[in-house]
Amino acid sequence: MTIPRIPLGDFVEEAVYWTNDHLGFYLDAFSDILGYLLLIMKNGLLLIPEPLFILLIAAIAYLVSNKDWKLSIGSAVGFILILSMDLWELSIETLALVIASAGMALVIGIPIGILCGKNDHILHIVKPILDLMQTMPSFVYLIPAVIFFGLGNVPGMIATVVFAMPPTIRLTNLGIREVPKELVEVADAFGSTPWQKLVKVEIPVALKTIMAGVNQCIMLSLSMVVVASMIGARGLGYQVLIGIQRVDIAAGFEAGIGIVIIAIVLDRITQHLTPK
Amino acid sequence: MFGKHPKKALFYVEKGLSKTEIFNKTGQTVGLYNASFEIYEGEIFVLMGLSGSGKSTLLRCLNRLIEPTSGNILIDGEDVTAVDKDRLREIRERKISMVFQNFALLPHRTIIDNVAYGLEIQGIAKDERYRIAEEVIERVGLKGHEKSKPSQLSGGMQQRVGLARALATDPDILLMDEAFSALDPLIRSDMQDELLELEENMQKTIVFVSHDLDEALKLGDRIALMKDGVIAQIGTPEEILTNPADDYVSRFVAGVDKTKILTAENVMKRPDPVVSIRSGIEVALKLMEIHGRSSIFVVDANKRLHGLLMVDDAVKGLKEKKQISEILTKNFPITSPETPLQDLISISVKTDKPIAVVNANEKLVGTIVRGSILSALKKVEEDEK
Repeated sequence: MTIPRIPLGDFVEEAVYWTNDHLGFYLDAFSDILGYLLLIMKNGLLLIPEPLFILLIAAIAYLVSNKDWKLSIGSAVGFILILSMDLWELSIETLALVIASAGMALVIGIPIGILCGKNDHILHIVKPILDLMQTMPSFVYLIPAVIFFGLGNVPGMIATVVFAMPPTIRLTNLGIREVPKELVEVADAFGSTPWQKLVKVEIPVALKTIMAGVNQCIMLSLSMVVVASMIGARGLGYQVLIGIQRVDIAAGFEAGIGIVIIAIVLDRITQHLTPK
Repeated sequence: MFGKHPKKALFYVEKGLSKTEIFNKTGQTVGLYNASFEIYEGEIFVLMGLSGSGKSTLLRCLNRLIEPTSGNILIDGEDVTAVDKDRLREIRERKISMVFQNFALLPHRTIIDNVAYGLEIQGIAKDERYRIAEEVIERVGLKGHEKSKPSQLSGGMQQRVGLARALATDPDILLMDEAFSALDPLIRSDMQDELLELEENMQKTIVFVSHDLDEALKLGDRIALMKDGVIAQIGTPEEILTNPADDYVSRFVAGVDKTKILTAENVMKRPDPVVSIRSGIEVALKLMEIHGRSSIFVVDANKRLHGLLMVDDAVKGLKEKKQISEILTKNFPITSPETPLQDLISISVKTDKPIAVVNANEKLVGTIVRGSILSALKKVEEDEK
């Protein structure tokens, strides 16, 4: 028995080209704006002298961790190591990409997560899309990202946002749904408006779970900006890619260690932001 | 009514089918039906019943946390079921507040911010709402804990916060949903006493949901006993105990220690005969002879109690040509109508004279002899079998 071939791939290809042909102008403008913002951010971070930057990281770690000097010193040592490996500029570029991508994923993801948490219909629509975003191999959507936004940091950032957003939405949704029914009743029984209920009761009570989503989002962003180097995103990931292409073990390993350091510091700091 | 087709179920309810029959026919769960009653201003009205009897549902209908499928709820003449969202919020902000079973304190807020929550919703400035909250916190006995987090307090203290939060907005009506059920027995009893004490000073209308009969009897001015979403009986604690409307109610109240509930009022006999202080001793002796008594209470025209006349003293006084007022004895127990049966037992064993029951105006309203206490106890025992 032969089933006629359903040209699913062709449909998607058509849709991608159609979008690019008809909305290309807007996509280009969008791409330019994002690229510009990324550049400002990177150059802004690079303006800070290295020693000051390291001190700042140590100070932030010290403050958010409730005066854990081990985390503070560890973070400083990690960044000194990056500096000594001559990877500073690449690391800052990676950091800028991560902050921008994760920030964008959170700004879009948290409100969608709240809507899902409050409305079953929205959840039913969003859920399969999240499944698709999370299980589709990330290389696959690097292709349309290149078509829409060209090569460079911007398509890398977009692909990263797509990849890092689902856990934020899922965990925000979960947090809102886990708010005990009695607490929701408290908000209602005292005459809160829906907005008051959200900001004074639901979000604060759900904050722990939401912050777990934020942490996940940042970690996934970091892993994706490395993959995104394949479509021209710069930073440490690009250095790893070069290491692979040239079989340069030393360069690849050093860049890898740089990523690990940034990952651990970001992870510990965001974990400490979670209320106990 | 719970389910997707409440109208259909409502039709069967009106035809008089039971909760189970309706569920089998329509798949709708009847939470509550035919619950018509009035709650008076300033009383503690207890909704009592087993779990699933609809008492919490009924309570939540009062402030529309659950929307009733049909029917009306009038508060001060205003139909709560008909008001729009904004007015409903206003009513919840100012008129009705609620205390929850598991305290339901906001875990991220300090005690004072929890108590001030209702005021914050009302849009009251921070200084003012802290001032009010501090006052209420002091009233429930938690002064000094303002800056603590709920998780740092014990269960009893947490529920005091819940109560303070409900009182802070100075509502007319307090809804208390099994407010003390999650507390251990000693603390629960303390909280009940304190609620009664607070109520004495506030005179709020309180609707209290409880599955604990002892609690209902202790707190309730009136009790509504619920079964399967229907109200089986409404009445004062005494009415429910002494005059259960049906089998269900009498089985429900069977386990109660009635010596705590029955009072002098329930066991006393009419003060008959009595003799007027202006009568002669012969009249008194004659009355004692007719009724076969060895003593008689002496009252004036307003039924105010003056004393007890013993038969021996009367005989002696007759010979010595004295007045009744000269030979009275004041050496006998006097009690109020509210004295529990339990206390009467200990009074009666210490005396061989009848106990006089005197109300707040010093009027003699009844007498109790040891025999009437014994027969009341016997009846209690039989009821419990």
